Amino acid sequence: MISGKFFVAGADRRIAITILILVAVAILVPVLNIAFPPDSALHVPSYMVALIGKYLCYALLALSLDLVWGYCGILSLGHGAFFALGGYAMGMYLMRQIGDRGVYGNPILPDFMVFLNWKELPWFWYGFDQFWFAALMVMLVPGLLAFCFGWLAFRSRVTGVYLSIITQAMTYALLLAFFRNDMGFGGNNGLTDFKDILGFNVQANTTRSALFAASALALALGVFVTWRIIGSKYGKLLMAVRDAESRTRFLGWRAENVKLFAFTVSAVMAGIAGALYVPQVGIINPGEFDPANSIEVVVWTAVGGRATIVGPIIGALLVNAGKSWFTGVLPEFWLFALGGLFVFVTLFLPKGVVGMYDQWKAGRGHRLKAAATGDAPPLAPVSPAVESARAEKGWQVPSGGPEPAAAE
Amino acid sequence: MRRNAAFTFALAILSLLAILVSPASADEATLRPVVAKFATVKNFSQTEAVVRELAATGDPAVGKPLTALSEGDLYFRKSDAAVFIGKESGQTVKLADPLTAVDAGEAAKAEVTKVKVNNSLRRVIRDVLGTLTLGAADPAARLAAAQTMFKAPDANSIEALDVAILDEHIASVKLQLEQARASAVLVSDLPASEKLAAITVLEARGGRDALSLLTAVQARADGAVKDAATAAIDRINSSLALWGAAQNVWYGISLGSVLLLAAIGLAITFGVMGVINMAHGEMVMLGAYTTYVVQEVIRTSAPGLFDWSLAIALPLAFLVAAAVGFAIERGIIRFLYGRPLETLLATWGVSLILQQAVRTIFGPTNREVGNPSWMSGAFELGQLSITWNRLWILVFALAVFFALLFVMKRTPWGLQMRAVTASRRMAASMGIRTPWVDALTFALGSGIAGIAGVALSQIDNVSPNLGQGYIIDSFMVVVFGGVGNLWGTLVGALSLGILNKFLEPYAGAVLGKILVLVLIILFIQKRPRGLFALKGRAVEA
Repeated sequence: MISGKFFVAGADRRIAITILILVAVAILVPVLNIAFPPDSALHVPSYMVALIGKYLCYALLALSLDLVWGYCGILSLGHGAFFALGGYAMGMYLMRQIGDRGVYGNPILPDFMVFLNWKELPWFWYGFDQFWFAALMVMLVPGLLAFCFGWLAFRSRVTGVYLSIITQAMTYALLLAFFRNDMGFGGNNGLTDFKDILGFNVQANTTRSALFAASALALALGVFVTWRIIGSKYGKLLMAVRDAESRTRFLGWRAENVKLFAFTVSAVMAGIAGALYVPQVGIINPGEFDPANSIEVVVWTAVGGRATIVGPIIGALLVNAGKSWFTGVLPEFWLFALGGLFVFVTLFLPKGVVGMYDQWKAGRGHRLKAAATGDAPPLAPVSPAVESARAEKGWQVPSGGPEPAAAE
Repeated sequence: MRRNAAFTFALAILSLLAILVSPASADEATLRPVVAKFATVKNFSQTEAVVRELAATGDPAVGKPLTALSEGDLYFRKSDAAVFIGKESGQTVKLADPLTAVDAGEAAKAEVTKVKVNNSLRRVIRDVLGTLTLGAADPAARLAAAQTMFKAPDANSIEALDVAILDEHIASVKLQLEQARASAVLVSDLPASEKLAAITVLEARGGRDALSLLTAVQARADGAVKDAATAAIDRINSSLALWGAAQNVWYGISLGSVLLLAAIGLAITFGVMGVINMAHGEMVMLGAYTTYVVQEVIRTSAPGLFDWSLAIALPLAFLVAAAVGFAIERGIIRFLYGRPLETLLATWGVSLILQQAVRTIFGPTNREVGNPSWMSGAFELGQLSITWNRLWILVFALAVFFALLFVMKRTPWGLQMRAVTASRRMAASMGIRTPWVDALTFALGSGIAGIAGVALSQIDNVSPNLGQGYIIDSFMVVVFGGVGNLWGTLVGALSLGILNKFLEPYAGAVLGKILVLVLIILFIQKRPRGLFALKGRAVEA
């Protein structure tokens, strides 16, 4: 699978390194957590495993958004909905695994249903006692929603900002729906109090480590799949649609189908991220559908760098580590920092951290070459605004911004 | 605690004095000798004579001793034949003045004698008391009495009502009295013809109270009365359904006016300029907090101006929000023109910062913004109940809408705005300073959001999250109505409001809202450019 082509210079080598790091992390961190005693210097504490495991799920979510936003120009403000739906599917499986160990001791009905005086399991809960069924649903439900939604939206050429706003409306509608008690998903409190997954205790260190490894491997797989999609002919089409949708259409391609595929694959990835997230944090509630969450995912991707596969992962890790640090030290200021990050990244870092690094490296290569020939250009100080304007010019793909022919 | 009790007591005394002493003070001298006669009565018929004598004075103050008498709480002291209202407690009786209820010390049980009372006397007292309130000098008191009697019909009160109806000269009170009489007739043993007439009266009144009375009649009566009651119930029901629909329309229009207010600034920034401003809701919030600050200042320094607080807050809110909007446009948005998705993200960041700033300054909890007197209360229109604040908000929303329409269509500034929107380069070539127009247009849209905040502070919680609740709805309104079209925003807001309120009874508030969102999503599929799409070159631009 990993051929020589994989190690050619540039972006591909970066992908390979990322996958290797993820696989190594998937093996090393659980080993360091379990095999070494807590007082050893090499020991990774359990809370760290849980925390980083959570971040890896976020990274997969950010990567899924990158596939549609970075490579296809669809800014979805509703990816949190796919994440949460995957999480709910997993949560339903975990609820059924509680069996008669709930507070009310009902062997079939989850606690909240007994509490609401329900007599029998609603039809949509059938099958969730089987892991394979839940695993299927984790992919099928978000995928199907994305397919239906995308089919309607792309076919009638809802693009740009309009699409962003209706995806936001979608997740908002789901938020309201899942808050309702009679929806049968635990209402306000969501699903929690999980006991077992596949027969192993969710709280146990070994299970947590396994879930961590699964998250890291899922992310590695996500990176690989995204890389394959982008590298294929289809990936070229994807970027063509992003850069000039009308032109692609005039050349005879069905732009809506191209987008629909990317959107659906991305939703499935987000669903898997959600499913891995829920057993690690131990709860899923309607708050995950909050439109604000989905927008936060966008900023992870933007910080790391759109249309780079590695960027969203770095962005998700950086921003979430920052969030954990801020909420611990200065809880008041987290929203200031996050808000400032949104503004700063859009104005000064349009290509994100990874994009900046690439630019800097390319620039250095240039300068080195120039120095070798003896006429180094003077490094004039540039104002940030000019910098951003420059970056914009260098940014050949205006990333979902409507192309000149169809600007708002 | 102690202070509180003392305060309550003082208040109680004051109100008692206010109620009992002041209106009766003129007649107290004439009432006292009559009340004193209770000490000398020998039998029930004499007592009844005294009761009737008291009633004949027509003074509401006699209610006190009469009620006490019927409850067996009227005493006279053996030593000096003074009459008191007494409460037994153990071996002693707590005494109070019969007319003013002022405390008059205690007496041993042996020192006082209870004025005896029997059931027929109690009935007399009740009738007398009913007539007494019906004969009160204050029309509002008569009306209240009639309304109480209507809701709790009693066949014994018919005679008293007949007398009151003859004496009444205010039409609205008379009508209420007749309705009270009709409801009493229906529970009496009067002949069917009387009852049929009463049913007609009740049907003319309509409403839920009449409906419940008639339903009771329907269950109890038979023959012609039952048929008449059934027919009347059907007719009342259909008229109720009609009024219910009208009430829904009103609620819908009211919700629509709120949506219109929230969306109208967005119709400028998003609709006309094409800038996605996710911080729009926060401009509304800033307006609401400006109102709060203005009211706080007025409360502490000039309480007399409270009714003017909103009028003072309006220009201030406009200026505050417009200034913030201006700063956002100059500081951030102007670097992002032509990149709508980046604008969306940057303004979202601004919204987070503004929310947190307000949370840090004013705290995370709801702040109280009061209603000026002219905005509180409600009035009835037919069977519609319309609150003043909702009505004023509707008026205000329409006023803002038409003012904005005027600015856009009839002023040089509006012309420049439209010119820049239609063709930026052409406008620049004609000498219009496009960056300046951009900044002012954005400030205008933000300022309008600010004054929307003043209005919304009257019906919503003023908290840092105020804006979040409106942002999605506002975008829905603008997208549904059609971008770049103010009339579309008006029609969009009102139709979404009414649709929402009509779905609510069938689907519940939350599900109704979800349905509306789904409908809009589907609608955008059908008409991606909204209800009133711009035609011609603007579409391509």
